[in-house]
Amino acid sequence: MTENRKTMLLIGATSDIGRATAMAYAEAGWQVLLAARNVQSAQRNADDIATRTGAGVGVHALDILHSDAMPGFVDGLPVLPDTVVCVVGEMGDQERAQVEFDHAAMVFRTNFEGPSLLLGHFANRFLARGSGSIVGVSSVAGDRGRGTNYIYGAAKAGFTAFLSGLRNRLAPSGLRVVTVKPGFVRTRMTAGMKLPGLLTAEPAEVGAAILAAAEGKRGRDVIYVRPVWRGVMSVIGAIPEPIFKKLKL
Amino acid sequence: MLLEGWGRYPRFESEALGLGDPLAVPGLVASSRGIIARGNGRAYGDAAIGTRRTLGALGLDRMKAFDPQSGRLTVEAGMLLSDILAAFLPRGFFPPVVPGTKLVTVGGMIAADVHGKNHHRDGSFGDHLEQLTLVLPSGQAVACGPSENADLFRATVGGMGLTGIITGATFRMKPVETGWIRQRTIVAKDLAGALKALDDSDAATYSVAWIDCVARGAGLGRSLIFAGEHATRQEVSSERPDAPLLPLASPGRLGVPFDLPAMTLNKASVAAFNELYFRRGARNGDKPFLTHWHPYFFPLDGVDRWNRIYGRRGFLQHQCVVPPATAHAALAEILDRITRSGKASFLAVLKKMGAGGSLMSFPMPGYTLALDLRVTDETFALLDQIDRIVVAAGGRLYLAKDARQSRQTFEAGYPTLGRFNDLRSAIGAPGHMASHLSSRLGI
Repeated sequence: MTENRKTMLLIGATSDIGRATAMAYAEAGWQVLLAARNVQSAQRNADDIATRTGAGVGVHALDILHSDAMPGFVDGLPVLPDTVVCVVGEMGDQERAQVEFDHAAMVFRTNFEGPSLLLGHFANRFLARGSGSIVGVSSVAGDRGRGTNYIYGAAKAGFTAFLSGLRNRLAPSGLRVVTVKPGFVRTRMTAGMKLPGLLTAEPAEVGAAILAAAEGKRGRDVIYVRPVWRGVMSVIGAIPEPIFKKLKL
Repeated sequence: MLLEGWGRYPRFESEALGLGDPLAVPGLVASSRGIIARGNGRAYGDAAIGTRRTLGALGLDRMKAFDPQSGRLTVEAGMLLSDILAAFLPRGFFPPVVPGTKLVTVGGMIAADVHGKNHHRDGSFGDHLEQLTLVLPSGQAVACGPSENADLFRATVGGMGLTGIITGATFRMKPVETGWIRQRTIVAKDLAGALKALDDSDAATYSVAWIDCVARGAGLGRSLIFAGEHATRQEVSSERPDAPLLPLASPGRLGVPFDLPAMTLNKASVAAFNELYFRRGARNGDKPFLTHWHPYFFPLDGVDRWNRIYGRRGFLQHQCVVPPATAHAALAEILDRITRSGKASFLAVLKKMGAGGSLMSFPMPGYTLALDLRVTDETFALLDQIDRIVVAAGGRLYLAKDARQSRQTFEAGYPTLGRFNDLRSAIGAPGHMASHLSSRLGI
C-alpha cells in the first residue's frame, strides 16, 4: 500500500503551521518529509505525526539561508516529492530592522530569498519530471507595506510576486503553484499578541486549507485561509496612498 | 494572571508560563520557586494554581511512539486524552482508564491518579503506567516506573504535581472491537439496593450509579446503576447494522455561552430533572442496549463549559470514599444531610472502588460519592459537617476535586502523608513545588 502513496515535503517543519500542514497531509494518507534547521525539534514533530497517523515521516536538515547547499539537499531526498509546501517565515523585529541592517537582511533572506531559491530548484525538477505542486505560505503583510512591519511585509511581497510569476511560468506545463496568505494565526510567532477572533485562524485550519487548495478537486491559486481576509485586504488595498500614508497601521 | 479551577472557586493570581519544549523544562524548574504544573485546568479547586508561578503544560502535546502489538503508547505530558481517543479509537484501541471528562491531560491524569467506571476491576490510571519522566525541583530529569526509582514513582502518581514536573509517560492502551458500550440499567429503590447492585456488578467492566439526591425517607438513595461492556463487533453488526464500528465523537455540541443566573438550578428545577431522569432510566429497565462511547463515558463533555451553569460564584465538588464496613451508614447520613439542606446536588455519582493505588492516591476499597454544590454562604458549613462524617467513617476526600477541606480532614484521610513529606524533603520539593492546594493543606 505504501508504494502507491504520494509524498510531500514540508519546509519549515518546526513551526506550528508547518506541523499542522504536515499532519493534514499525513491524515490524508501521504508520506511526509520534514525539513528544518533544528533537526531535533523537527524529529519531535515527525514522531508525533507518525504516531498519530501511522504515516511514514522522515526528517532532513536544511538551512534556508544556505543557498549553496540547496541542490545537494534536493538531490539527497529519498524521492523527489509530489508536493512541496514552504511555510518558512520570520517576522523579525521591525524597529530593530530599521537600524540594524543585518537584521533586516536576515528577514529579507529568510522570507524571500531562501524560499524562492529553494522552490526554484523544485520547479526545475518538477518541470523535468512533468509533475509536481508547489505551495508557498506568504502573508497578507505583503499585500501593502505598513509602517509597523514593512521589512517583513516587503519580503513577503517579493515572495508573493515570485510565486505568482512561477505559477504563470509553470501553468502551461500543468504544474500547480499555490499562494497561501493565512492572515492572523494563533501560533508561537503571534503568542502574546492581541488577535481579533473572527480574523484569527487555528494552525489546523491553515493545514486543512492548504491541503484542500493544493490537492482538492477544485484547486485554487491564491487563498486566504479565512475568506473574510480577502475583503479586508481589498479595502486596505483600495485606500488612496495620500490617506494611507497618514494612517497608523 | 487570575487563575481558577474547573469549579471556578477559588481564584488566585499566579504568573502563567507556557511550556513548549520538554528540553526547556529543566532550566525553568530549577530557576523558579512556588511552581506547579497545570494541564487543561480540569482540577476543580486550587490544585493547579502555583503559589507564584503556574507552568502550563498544553504545549507538551506530542505523541512519541506507539506499538500496535503491545498497545504501548508514549506521549508528552500535556497530551489531551481527547487527542488520544481521536487518534486511537479508529485503530481499535481504548485508554485503560478514563475519568469523567476527556478534556484532561495525561500529566493531570497521573498527578491525580484518576479513576474511571472500571476502578473496581482495573484500578486507577497509575496502575497502567509503565514509565514516566519527571523533572525534579533540581532540574534533573529522571525516568521512573513500578520497578525503576519506584519510591519516586509511587509518590508522583497521585502526588498532585508536588514532586516535580511530569513531562512524559508510557502506558498500555487496550484493544477494543468497537466504540460501542453494551449498557444495562439496574434500578435500586434505596441506598442499600444501590450498594448491592454495585456489588452484584463486580464482574462488569464498567459500573456506576446515579443517585437521586432529592428523594427522601424510604426512597433515600434511590439510584440507577449503569453497567457496561465494550460491545463486540458481532453485537454491533447484528443490533446496529448501519452504525460505524469505531465512531468518533459526534461533532454536535451544546454550549453554555455565559454564566446562568444562580436561580436557574433551584430546588424545583433539580427535583423535576431528577424525577424525569429516574423515570426514563427505570423505563429502560434491565434490557441491555448499545450506547456510543462518548455519551457513556463523557456525558458532560457534550455541553461546552458546563461549569457556568452554577453561576458566577462557582461551585464545589465534594468527592469522598468510605470503606465498605462503614459505607452504608455514612453515605445514608451524608445523603440525609444533603436532601434535608435543600441544596440538592445536580449530580450525585456513586461508584465502587477496588484496591488503592499509590502513596497519595485517592482510591481505596469502598464506595465513592461525588456531589456538586453551588457556592453559597451556607455551602461551606454543610460540607464541613459532611467531612466529619467521612472522617469518622475512615474515609478521605479526592484532592483533584477539593477546594476547601481542612488540614485535619486531609491528615485523617491520608495516613501516608508523613512518607510523602519525607520524600518531598529528600528531593528539595518543599517551597519549590507549591500549589495553593499544598499550601492550604500544609503539604
